[in-house]
Amino acid sequence: MHISEGVLSAPVLVSGAVIAVAGCAIGLKKIDYDHIVHVAMLAAVFFVASLIHVNIGPSSAHLILNGIIGLLLGFAAFPAIFIALLLQAVFFQYGGLTVLGANVVIMALPAVMVHYLFLPLLGKSPRLSIAAGALSGAGAIFLSSLILSAALWLTEKNFFETCVLVMAANIPIMIIEGIVTGFCVTFLLKVYPEIIPGQKNGNTSDRKSRIEKGQKNEV
Amino acid sequence: MIEEKFAFGNSMIHGLSPAVRIVSAGVLSSCAALCDNLYMSGAYLGIALVLCCMAKLNWKDVLLRLKPVFWFLLMIWIVLPLTFDGEVLFKYGILEFTRPGIELCAKITVKSVSILLMFTALIATMSIASLGNGLHRIHVPDKMVFLLLMSYRYIAVIQEEYHRLLRAAKFRGFVPGTNLHSYKTFAYLAGMLFVRASLRARRVHNAMLCRGFHRKFYTLDLYQPNVLNTVFLTGTCLAGVALVLFERVWM
Repeated sequence: MHISEGVLSAPVLVSGAVIAVAGCAIGLKKIDYDHIVHVAMLAAVFFVASLIHVNIGPSSAHLILNGIIGLLLGFAAFPAIFIALLLQAVFFQYGGLTVLGANVVIMALPAVMVHYLFLPLLGKSPRLSIAAGALSGAGAIFLSSLILSAALWLTEKNFFETCVLVMAANIPIMIIEGIVTGFCVTFLLKVYPEIIPGQKNGNTSDRKSRIEKGQKNEV
Repeated sequence: MIEEKFAFGNSMIHGLSPAVRIVSAGVLSSCAALCDNLYMSGAYLGIALVLCCMAKLNWKDVLLRLKPVFWFLLMIWIVLPLTFDGEVLFKYGILEFTRPGIELCAKITVKSVSILLMFTALIATMSIASLGNGLHRIHVPDKMVFLLLMSYRYIAVIQEEYHRLLRAAKFRGFVPGTNLHSYKTFAYLAGMLFVRASLRARRVHNAMLCRGFHRKFYTLDLYQPNVLNTVFLTGTCLAGVALVLFERVWM
């Protein structure tokens, strides 16, 4: 979900850039050097996810996954998404320099919001986890398209019909991101819970003991 | 799939220091984004074209690179003239094409193409390593530069990982379609990418610590202080400011 260059007005671009810089500053402050490689790696996954195309009927859409990036990284999603979008701009020319701030806000602000809204619900029960995952995936896309529409509307009140079109076009994406994020979160909870912040059975020694326990039970 | 087509070349732009190019691109594209007049935005398009010539870019590659933008522009040319209120320029059945809508489309087209051409000429003409170097020179936080270089390094690896997983799924008879099973497969595939990336991050971090990493990368590209850098930076900044002032005062 990108806004192209040349569309937004100067005040919207400037406020987008200011929010993006503030978010990145908070995010960078929260990353310490022991976790920075992890954040960089997840930024790379976020970039690659945008190359994964899933079918919707005769057409196809690429995954966005800003919901799950938000769940996993919190405020660190701001710098991670900034980096991914900058690399996309350099490689594929999706957007240029001036709209980068606005695009970072469109993707990263919803990510941070779903982190604080839905992360506490993960791991409570399998049903609750899949619901929270689905809601964070769909919610992140919903909020992204809402911010995008707001940016367009603040630029020019005449863009209202375009905003409605944008929201409508994003409904199938919301559904798919919801499904994918829901399953992805349950997968991560089962396979590698330590990647999700705040999961208690997180560290490896626990995992080892759980595996041993499982083996004992089988015997 | 990911290639830096323009990153290596032999032109005046390629010889400039990355920091100078980043700052000039920032200044010029901000000025172009502030512009609110169709004729003035033509001036920025002129500057962008001159920059592309200075970088000796291959025009065919440039056009291919702008393809996503052209799709976007095509979409707005379809939507905006019909949905905008204002004086009707011409009618076709029930479809009314309004003058402000068409003017706005033209303005967006010229502005977006010129900003993207500036980006291509000034930023896409450097490798990501040089981009990191330039960002460091203009005092972007070290952590941000680190993130940029590290993600760039591992994008190809993770993409390879994705292709491997997809190939494995296809060998097991997976055919992507519009159904829950496909979405579930892609979700597990993305989940596996996160798992492998996180495990790899741990290994890489440990390996870096073993090699004595202490929070800094060193660059091998040394850009000699060159009078051309100063001239170029002054020129672009003056051109940008002059055009903004001209628009404010006379238009």
